This record gives sequence, structure tokens and C-alpha cells, in this order.
Amino acid sequence: MPDTLPFPPRMGSNAGQPLSRRDGPLKVTGAATFAADNHPEGMLYAVPATAAIARGRVTGMNVAAARAHPGVVEVYTPANRPPLMHDPDEKLGLFGMRMEALQNDSVRYAGQPIAFVVAETLEAATEGAALLAPEYAAEPARVTAETGERYTPERVGFGGPLSVGAGDIEAGLAAAAHRLETRFETPDQYHNAMEPHALVAQWDGDKLTLDTPNQAIVMACGLFAAYFGIPAENIHLRSPFLGGGFGSKAVPTGAQILTILAARELGRPVKLALTRQQMFGPVGHRARTWQTLRMGLDGAGKLTALHHHSTGATSSFDDFIEPAAAASRTLYASPAILTTHDGIRLDTGTPGAMRAPGEASGSAALEVAIDEAAEVCGMNPLAFRLANYAEVEPITGKPYSSKALRECYEAGAKAFGWASRPLAPRQMRDEAGMLTGWGMGTAVFHCPMFPASAEAVIRADGTAVIRTSGADMGQGAWTALAQIGAAALGLDPDQVEFESGHSHLPDAGVAGGSGHTASAGQALHNAGEDAVARLAELASTDPASPLYGTGNAGVLARRGRLYARDDESRSESYAEILARAGKPQVEGTGKGARDPASAETYALQAHGAVFAEVKVDPELGQMRVSRMIGAFAAGRIINPKLARSQYLGGMIWGLSFALHEEAIHDRRTGRIVNADFAGYHVPVNADVPEMEAIMIHEDDPHVNVLGVKGVGEIGITGSVGAVANAIWHATGFRPHRFPVRIEDVLPSLS
Amino acid sequence: MKSFDYIRPASIAEAIAAAAEPGTAYLAAGTNLLDLMKGGASRPDRLVDITRLPGLDGVDRLDDGAMRIGTMVRNADLAHDPAFARAYPVVAEALLSGASAQLRNAATVGGNLMQKTRCSYFADPAAACNRRSPGAGCDARQGENRSHAILGWSENCIATHPSDFCVPLAALGAVVEIAGPAGSREVALEDFHLLPDETPERETALERGELVTAIRLPPDAAGFAAHSRYMKLRERTSFAFALVSAAAFLKVEDGIITEARLALGGVAARPWRSKVAEELLKGAALERRTFAEAATAALAEARPSGDNAVKIELARRISIRALLLAAAGTPSRLPALPGSPLSSQYGDLANA
Ligand SMILES: Cc1cc2nc3c(=O)[nH]c(=O)nc-3n(C[C@H](O)[C@H](O)[C@H](O)COP(=O)(O)OP(=O)(O)OC[C@H]3O[C@@H](n4cnc5c(N)ncnc54)[C@H](O)[C@@H]3O)c2cc1C
Ligand code: SF4
Repeated sequence: MPDTLPFPPRMGSNAGQPLSRRDGPLKVTGAATFAADNHPEGMLYAVPATAAIARGRVTGMNVAAARAHPGVVEVYTPANRPPLMHDPDEKLGLFGMRMEALQNDSVRYAGQPIAFVVAETLEAATEGAALLAPEYAAEPARVTAETGERYTPERVGFGGPLSVGAGDIEAGLAAAAHRLETRFETPDQYHNAMEPHALVAQWDGDKLTLDTPNQAIVMACGLFAAYFGIPAENIHLRSPFLGGGFGSKAVPTGAQILTILAARELGRPVKLALTRQQMFGPVGHRARTWQTLRMGLDGAGKLTALHHHSTGATSSFDDFIEPAAAASRTLYASPAILTTHDGIRLDTGTPGAMRAPGEASGSAALEVAIDEAAEVCGMNPLAFRLANYAEVEPITGKPYSSKALRECYEAGAKAFGWASRPLAPRQMRDEAGMLTGWGMGTAVFHCPMFPASAEAVIRADGTAVIRTSGADMGQGAWTALAQIGAAALGLDPDQVEFESGHSHLPDAGVAGGSGHTASAGQALHNAGEDAVARLAELASTDPASPLYGTGNAGVLARRGRLYARDDESRSESYAEILARAGKPQVEGTGKGARDPASAETYALQAHGAVFAEVKVDPELGQMRVSRMIGAFAAGRIINPKLARSQYLGGMIWGLSFALHEEAIHDRRTGRIVNADFAGYHVPVNADVPEMEAIMIHEDDPHVNVLGVKGVGEIGITGSVGAVANAIWHATGFRPHRFPVRIEDVLPSLS
Repeated sequence: MKSFDYIRPASIAEAIAAAAEPGTAYLAAGTNLLDLMKGGASRPDRLVDITRLPGLDGVDRLDDGAMRIGTMVRNADLAHDPAFARAYPVVAEALLSGASAQLRNAATVGGNLMQKTRCSYFADPAAACNRRSPGAGCDARQGENRSHAILGWSENCIATHPSDFCVPLAALGAVVEIAGPAGSREVALEDFHLLPDETPERETALERGELVTAIRLPPDAAGFAAHSRYMKLRERTSFAFALVSAAAFLKVEDGIITEARLALGGVAARPWRSKVAEELLKGAALERRTFAEAATAALAEARPSGDNAVKIELARRISIRALLLAAAGTPSRLPALPGSPLSSQYGDLANA
């Protein structure tokens, strides 16, 4: 693997290796316990009843019928829901969202929980919920751009600025040789992690145990605790395995709060497991956007102005606006760049972060627009992108901490065979007569870090245990983080026990924003180094040690031994050092966080280039991606096998965005008509014939100690545009709305 | 979930007796029925499990050359039965173009015939649906109806029958064998699914308590094996219902079509056989122009039931494609992507 960097020598060598995921055998044999697999003694089942209207009030429910159903233990409605210590309509912290926990009889979207039935069996609770047969005073649903209320939000994403820019757009447009204005629409998408949201709650006095998949384990305890007026430490949240999260499993939702409440009131453990249909609404989604790009271009094909405006949909009662225009802030050089946002309120659940929030939708529009600009200039899309390559970050003028995008373009184009691409569309057919097109897109994702902490303990037998509350969503955190911890300790991963996935551990921060490996990894790295330093302290101050006098900076940790840096014949094993010191163990702690100085000085971004080939049936309009190659530069790669899976998964999601995914609302009732996997399409194997992810070496001394940028989300960006641009190249039809449908391309065919 | 009685009869007679009461449903593999029950669109009081009834899972060549397929034969087993697939390659291709491998392993012949429409308002108990509750109205008319019917629909219901399997069966003149309280009878598959008219709730020709026991392909059905194809259009390459589909069968002598069959899927509440098109094709040469005329004739009566006019043109085009491919000859092996236009013109395994 040419794409892995050697770690500094004192860190051992396991990081950078393509280890298979440690939890793999448990998962494929079914031995891994997911939240809903827990069945504590005496457990009850909870089922939410959900609203069939999108706006209005519940005027009546047949609670008596539900209560009378055999097995039903309790029915909660706004009339009898016990009090909570925090108002569900008040936001909590930066990430908390307003939620429905039966605070009143209003209905704000279809699928909203309006009652909560608890029973001895799942079947009884389900039927109890059905027997409620609610009556409503309905108001017209507002689920289209035309009916929604347009407004100016205060922030976009999680506290991001509405508008960012530099230079004079109008002047740039006025001076341009070519001007282009182009509009896009992206659909509602739902996370649809394989594992539905589930929670098992058990109270013991004022102590609470929660089994629930969660991406931000310690933070979530604080949020849950606030609703029940208990200290966060009283909650033990266990989340050893997540069947995917994609951003939807970080913050509490109403049904989860009600489950915990019911467990307390009824004095018995209670389980909630949402059905696939129930996940369409109350647990977040990626909301629709309507985007406009205005571009000015000079005679040489350079941008003179780039204005990206995005209107994002949110709910009627809370704000999460996709920061879609942000995608244009950092990628292409232009003397004038402006990125702006506004919002539309719809009668839907509140959207939230979904894999590459902002960038996914924004890059879909930007990358198609860039191809349109290249077409206007008569340039090859790659040459156009290179002509507008940002050597420093456009708006801020900061240098990039590292940026191997040029190498990504080069390697991707070479592997794909881009050089032989005809400039004009509709030039290529395959041997079967299918229209064939090639398209590309640039991938970009920022590299956030979250505050994280960790512990490392070297034990008397020379093995170690490392601890942090990391979340393995299937991305392989347990493996990659253990590799980092083991490397810092100078041990093999199989000599290191990794405790993770529950809240009685140091806070690993959020597994989101592609920042988990960097954040929790840095904490583990520092904890390991700290433990080694303590060990070195013991050895170098002990006259009986061969390392006496080396000082703790003068040693190397490798394979369970400390070596004198300048004389490797002097060494001693961890076990020997501890035995002589008469200590059962040494403990180290470490933190991970962004260094403010580097954030101030450098633009921190991961990059990539995605190339796609699409085949289109010339009469029927059926489309299929036949080949996709991405080349990515995301700093140090801790585990190339896992990183590759992240890249491929991201690229497949991009393909899905381009061709498949869309939640469709009935425009009159506001209900989603395809709220299951039969109707909400994600790609299947037959849609993904040939994919490759190339890893481009990038050595980044500034982004963080480990040089890690993160790989979880970048694969989506660039990929949507690559597929859409390939459709154009095959057919001459330029997609402006996703997903692209057969009827969209049909008019451009024979 | 609603409580229901579960009955596992030992014989067909017991099954029929158990199903005599209203509110009873036969349970085959349950891949369709149980989904609808979980969603609340179907609320039977009792299920009569027919999966262990004896004698319903044979695939047998009868003395007159007809082929009888028992109702409990699993979709995958039928498609992978070598003798069956050789004689009726298009039926095998249609079966394999449907659902997913897991579903096909479970789904039964009778269940596939009897599966409900995929109209999302039918499956949503909160929606108004004449088919589910007569007289309630039809939310699909003003709703999301891109995939709804273009033929044979009525103001009362615009749903389609979603089966792939039934499309070639209709074209080949298959017969449905039925056992019921009043004895046994047969209905042509073409007439088995009812068009909605005034009574969309009447979905098939079955009367209460009647059980599909088998499907029979007539003796001459194997005569099309050399020139036949099933083509299915959909956005997702696999594991998706047809937007439109077509099964085309030709008998060809010296470049002239001596007999033709054409049926469309995804266009109406029944698999739509077009005898007009078949007549046009008979005696014609293997020419694209003739196929286009036949396809146009097959859709002459078509009209959009909502936001789905594009389906008319797509149905026409998929018919032409199926006819062209049938004319070119049935591939010697089942394509890697059964029914997909994307593999129709390729070598057998290209694009797999
Ligand atoms: C996600 C998904 C995708 C699918 N995609 C496709 C597709 O692309 N193409 C396609 O053709 N199909 C598709 N299917 C449908 C699938 O083929 C049917 O679900 C299956 O064939 C039903 O068979 P079953 O044995 O499970 O029937 P069941 O679900 O057991 O029964 C279905 C109905 O038939 C009745 N019934 C069953 N047997 C008899 C009998 N012998 N006599 C009288 N009544 C009977 C039952 O009472 C019930 O009403 C899909 C299904 C799913 C869930
Ligand atoms: S089209 Fe038919 S099945 Fe669909 S809602 Fe209308 S009546 Fe019901």
C-alpha cells in the first residue's frame, strides 16, 4: 500500500496497516448485541402512535379501546404524560433539537408521535396504537416550495454563518466574458441506517441504564439527563454496536424520551424499536434544497465571480438549514465569491445532519455548474477545474495545511482513461449501442475535530488497556482507534484491550463530521504517549534500569519495550520496569482537540476527484453507472482497508443521490408515500458494477498531531456531480434536479 | 398487531372449509400479506397456512404436453428448474427479474398471482382507497401516481398489478386452476385479474374461500422458446418493480412471423395482453417498422391516469424492444441481469 505513511519510529508500526475490523466476526455471526437485542427481565414494549396529518391538532383518540386491549399496560397522551424536567420545545446545546414528547395536541408533520402505548408484547403495543384511531382538526399541509413559508434563518447547519464571501460579485459578473446562471433542486433524503432507532431503558432508583445506538455517547447522556433532572453521570449509555448512524443517532428524540419516562413511571424496563416507516419523520433527514449558481468567466476560462445561493427546507418549528452553499467557499479560485442561504418552512420533521450535511447537496449543484461553465468556455472539465485551481483558500486567503488535489485529478484521470474523452456530448456508444458518457466532480470536505479525551493503562504483564467512549457505527472506529492507541503505546493491537462504546469512559466526542478518528484518535495517541512517558520516568530514574539516565524523551517504545534512543542495545520490557518499581500499572491520559493556532493559520480540507462512466439506453432512457473511480487525499490513512470502505460507501451514496434516493410527499396530505425500502430506493449491487478508490499520499503536519483529516463523508461529494456530468456527456441532457429520472432524459433521446 | 387465528390445515378440503368464513386469508410465504398486515392495510381475523398442504409443489409435464405448476412452487425453484426454463425461458426470465433473491426463494406461484397492487395509498391505512375500503375514494387520483395505470383504469381506481411472472403467463394463455367450496374450476389467467370498473375491491376472479391450486401452461406454449423475451424498465437495475414491462413471443418461419404474443406489465390492473398487436404481427416480416406498428396498436387505448403520460411512450418503446429481441432469438443462457435492457444486447454476462 503506497498510500500509508510510516509513523514516527517511537510509535511502533501497526497504524497504517489494513487490519480487518475487530468486530467483524461478531457481526457476521450474529453475536454482536445491538440495542434492540437486549431483553432485561420484566421488559415492556413501547410503540408510538403517529400522526396521519401533517398540520393541525389531534381532537380525539380512543384511549379506552387501546387500554382495553389485552396486554396493554399504559397509554400516554398529552393528557396524562408525566412532566419532564426540560421543555421538549426548548433546544438544548448546539446539537439538541426540538422534539415531540406529547407536550400538547398539535401536529407538526405526518409521522409525528402523538401517543405512546406500552404493553407486555410488541404485538399488543402495536395494536393498542392502531386502536387509538385518532381524530384530527387538520389544516392544509405545506410540503412544497410554493406553499412553504420563506424566511431568513439566523444560522445554517450547526451555528454556521448565513453568508460568507469576499470580493465584488456584481463587478466580477460585469467584467466577465461569459455569464451563467443555473438552478438546482435536491430532494428529501432519509438516513435509513440498517439498524432502526432503538432504546432499552432501565431505572435503578435515580440511576438509568440506556441501551441505544449513539454517535455522541457522553454528550447524549448530558442531553438525556436534562429531561429527567438527574446528573449525566447517573446515566450509563451503552452503545457497543451501531448499525449505521449517518448523523441521525447523535441526539435524543421524542420517542426515546418517552420510553425512558415510561420505564420510570411503570417501574419496569421498556424497549422502543422504531419501524422503518416510523423513521421517516421524527429522527431527522437531509432536507430539500433549491440552489442557484451565478458565475462569471473570463476569456481564458477563469472564474471572475461565483455566487452560490441555497434555499433549504426546514420544519415549521425548528431550524436546520443545509449549509449547501458552503461547498463553494473553498474549492475554486475566484476574485469574487459569495455563498448565501435562506430557508423555507415546511410541515415536515426537522431535518438534521446527514452524511456530508451541506457539502453533499451543495457539491451536487456546484459540480454540475462547474461543468456547465466548462462547456460555455469550450474546455475539458478537468482542464477547467485546473484552470480554476485554488492555490490558497479563496475567501480567507489562507494556505492549505496540505492539498494534494492536483495529484488526485492526475491519478484519477489516469486510472479512468479520461484523456481520450471527447469534448462534446453524445459521442460515445458502447458495443451494445448504449450511449456512454464520462463525467467528473471534485470532492471536498472540511476536517473538524471535537474535544475528546482518553486513558491508557500499561499493566504489570506488559499489556495495556485504552479507554474512550468511541462509537463504532460500522465505519471501523474500534479498529482504527485501537491501532492508534496501540501504536502510541508501542504495542501490537492484540496486546491492547480497547474499552469503548459506553458512557462510563472518557468522552470520545462526536462520531460525526468525519472527525472521530482525528479527535478520539488524538486523545488516545496522547494518552498512550503519556503512559509511555510515565514508564520512561520510572526507568530513567531507576539506577538499576539499563535505561537509567536517558530521560523520558530519550527512549523509544516498541513491541512492549523501551529502548534508549541513541543506543538500542539498552532496553527493558514494560513488565520488567513495572515489576522493579513494584507498581501494578502506569496510567496516562490524553486529550484531542483542534489546535486553534493551526486553525487560524491554515485552511483545513480533504480533497478528491471522482470520475464516472454512465450508460444510457438510447430509446428507453434507463441509466446505469458502469464505472466509478475516486482518488482522495485525506491526510494520513490509519487503516487503508477501512478507509477504502468509507470512500466506496460515500461514492455509492453519491450515485444514490444522483439516481435513486428521494422521499416523496403526497402534496395534499403531506405524508411520505414511499416510507419503506420497497419504495425508497437505495442502490443495490447491480447498480454498482465497478468501483475503485485510490488513496493519494498526503503528509499534513498542521491538521493535527496524527496528520489525519477524516474519510467518512468526502466520498459523497464530487460523486453526484460526476454521475450527473456523465449523464450529460452521454445524452446532452444536463441534470438540474436529483434524482435524475427516466422521463428527464427521455426528451433528449431519439 | 391485530390478533388473528392461525390455522394449519392438513388437506386442501380442510383449507377450503377453514377459509369459508369472511375475514380469512390464505397464507403462503407471506412476503406480501405479512407486510400489509404489519402496516395495517390488511387486517384478517384468521390465516389459513397453505404452505404445508400436500401435493401443491410439483412442476409436471402432463400427457397432452401442458405444464402444470403447483401453487406452492417457490418463484426461484421454478425459474431454476432446467426443463422448465428451457421450455419457457421468458417465464424464467420474468421471475428472475422480480424482487430479490431472498424474496424469490420464499415467494410462491399463487402468492405472486394474488399479490396486491403496490399503489402506496392502498398500503397506507390512513389514505382513502376504494380497493381497500369500497366507496372511500381514491387518493391516488390526485396524489403521487407516476407509476399508476395507463390502460383499463377507471375513475374508481388507477392501480396496476405489479407481477412480472404474470406478464408472460398472460401472453402464453396460462390457465389458473382453482379449488373451492363449490368444487374445482379453471379461469384463463388473462381474465383472472379484474379491471377496476365500479368495483375495484374485486381484485381477482376468486370467490370467497377459493384456493389457487396450480397454473397450467397449454401444450403450444413451449413453441415460442426460440424467439421470446421479457423486458422490464425501472430506474434501479434490480430489486424494483417495473415502471413498464413487456413479454414478446414469436414463431418464425423463413423470416415471417407465423404467430405472435405480446403482453405488457405495470400498465393496468391486470397483465395486459394485446391481441390487436398479435394480429398485426402475424404474417409480417421481422422488421422494426412492424414492431413499432404493433406496439402503437397495443397502446392505442392508453391514456394517462395522472402524472404518468410518459409511461405510454415507455410502454410502446419497451414493447418494440422486446419484439426486436425476440426476433433476434432467445439468448442461450439467461442474461446476468434478467429482463434488463442494459444486458439485453450484450453477451450473456456482460455488465454483470
Ligand atoms: C420489496 C419487494 C419487492 C418485490 N418486487 C417484485 C417484483 O419486482 N416483481 C414481482 O413480480 N414481484 C415482486 N414482489 C412481490 C413478490 O413476488 C410477492 O410478494 C410474492 O410473490 C408473494 O408470494 P407469497 O407466497 O409470499 O404470498 P403471500 O404474501 O403469502 O400472499 C399474497 C396474497 O396471495 C394470497 N394467496 C397466496 N396463495 C394463494 C393461493 N394459493 N390461493 C389463493 N390466494 C392465495 C394471500 O392470501 C395474499 O392475499 C416484491 C415483493 C417485495 C416485498
Ligand atoms: S388507485 Fe386503487 S389502490 Fe390506489 S388508492 Fe386508488 S383505489 Fe386504492
